Amino acid sequence: MFKALLFPGIILLLAAFAAVFLSSYDLNLLARFLSFGLLAMGVVVIWGHCGILSLGQGVFFGLGGYVMAMHMKLASLPDGQIPDFMMWSGRETLPWWWAPFESGAVAILALVALPAIVAALFAFAVFYRRVGGVYFALITQALALAFATLLISRQDSTGGFNGLTNFSTLLGLNLNGPGMAEGLYWVTLVVVALAWLGLGALLKSRFGILLRATRDGENRVRFLGYNPVPLKVAAYAIAAALAGLSGALFTIHAGNISPAMVGVVPSIEMVIWVAVGGRFSLSGALAGALIINFARDRISSAVPELWLYLVGALFILVVTLLPRGLAGLVPQQKASS
Amino acid sequence: MDSALFLNQVFNGFSVASLYLLAALGLSLSFGLMRVINMAHGEMLMLGGYLAFLTLSIIPGFVGLLLAIVVAFIGAALVGSVIQSALIRRLTSRPLDTLLATWGVSLILQQAARDIFGPIGVEVQAPAWLNASIQIRDGALAGLTIPSARLFILLVMALVLGGLALLLTKTRIGLMVRASNQDRMMAAATGIDVKRVDLAVFCLGSGIAGLAGVVLALLGPVTPSVGQSYIVPAFLVVVMGGLGSILGTTLSALILGLIAALSQIFVDVSIAQVLLLVFVIFFIQVRPQGVIAPTSRALDF
Repeated sequence: MFKALLFPGIILLLAAFAAVFLSSYDLNLLARFLSFGLLAMGVVVIWGHCGILSLGQGVFFGLGGYVMAMHMKLASLPDGQIPDFMMWSGRETLPWWWAPFESGAVAILALVALPAIVAALFAFAVFYRRVGGVYFALITQALALAFATLLISRQDSTGGFNGLTNFSTLLGLNLNGPGMAEGLYWVTLVVVALAWLGLGALLKSRFGILLRATRDGENRVRFLGYNPVPLKVAAYAIAAALAGLSGALFTIHAGNISPAMVGVVPSIEMVIWVAVGGRFSLSGALAGALIINFARDRISSAVPELWLYLVGALFILVVTLLPRGLAGLVPQQKASS
Repeated sequence: MDSALFLNQVFNGFSVASLYLLAALGLSLSFGLMRVINMAHGEMLMLGGYLAFLTLSIIPGFVGLLLAIVVAFIGAALVGSVIQSALIRRLTSRPLDTLLATWGVSLILQQAARDIFGPIGVEVQAPAWLNASIQIRDGALAGLTIPSARLFILLVMALVLGGLALLLTKTRIGLMVRASNQDRMMAAATGIDVKRVDLAVFCLGSGIAGLAGVVLALLGPVTPSVGQSYIVPAFLVVVMGGLGSILGTTLSALILGLIAALSQIFVDVSIAQVLLLVFVIFFIQVRPQGVIAPTSRALDF
């Protein structure tokens, strides 16, 4: 019991130190990357434990992010006004699908529920006809492309290429107020910790065992009398809900959300966080999201051209030499996956 | 509806379909054999485009164009052979990992192109006759404008498809490819070196993509990301086509090309892209096995 809590304990202590000692810029980055960690843990559930490779997680990240952004945008405005970019593109009324998100409760519900529902419908349509594997990956990539182009082309209602930015309030609190950044950091940390605990329990449960069984032999699971389709759909929806939450928190910390975060390239980069950290391990994925993104921040500000070569090489090396990721280097107490 | 607009879009659909097909043929052939998708396939288009640019800037005119086709085919096939033998062969029976590793290759190739040729596209000096267009004024097809470059694409596509069909049905290597495609283990048991068949098919597919790159270069500037804009529809063509079937791939390229072009009469490009995806998802509800599917009693394959 002590051993099991040692690792999370150290992390929590480090996180507390971070809040005190890091510069406000780095603390903000850490909070953003912790939000990414939520999405990464979702990828562990579907990719590591269920064998579903999704190259479209950016879509669900974006749904959560845009829902949050629409709410914050509307909350920052006096009643009856529409966001400035809409007026610049010649719009006079708010698009109907913006209106519900004026309410904070609806927005918070939607930023988890909307990605989960979209993901469940999409996954059901594909998995129901027993299309999977590489085909599924390719279709999700097309989904990411379609979503990003749609956002860019609807300049008047989505902010187009620039996305949504300039938020000032969140649930009645001033975003730039004193202590707000630290507070949001702690909220993110708590959400991540809860997700880590919850997913850990989920993967240990009967559901988790069935997911791994489906990954290793889908037809055998059918022969045993289980239907793998609802399992896969549920796993995919859970991952999407986490991605939505991740996108919403990211949007709060970064102060903007744009198509550059949701398209084909960012979606596939989300997979590399998990590949590097370890696709079977929740902690590994979390670490991977933090390491890759901090490395990206440091390297691309120093030598911008180098970053893409490095990411490319990482993809090749990790997949060929280190399929269990960094987590595979840590000796396992008990083979759980 | 304006019939001239409709006719023009139908013709455009055929030329878009030709590009999808040229990009998808290699993917589909290798997928049928090895069950892997090369995400760097789009960069073979890009490579073909840049090779055409280099060739035509040294030797302009028709001779240059013919030479560019040869150079692009060989160049892309060589790079393909390196990817296949250095990477994909090592990842056998791990299709999802192959996807990610080849995506890494794709990133590196794109960045390399950006460093060598610059982020802005390069324009290829096409022979003058390719910039002309044929206008049909009367008869049933009145109002149709056919740019020569697009006619050229159709010609290239027909030649490639014809050549490929002959290769697969009339030659010994074609026989080996079809045998490995049908039953890999059995083909290996009869003495066919399936690894060499893999390599040959992969090179051929990459070469065809290189060829498609030359054609793309005639239509517009070659940029480091030129492959990316065609590769996602090409992936959808493979998903819809059916396992490794040339006929299936051709039909699905045709369907998707026509949908892409015709939907643009009514909606803008971005909605057209969404419609394409929605169509494919609906299509697999009806025929999850693809347009043309090989009959097999295997459950796991």
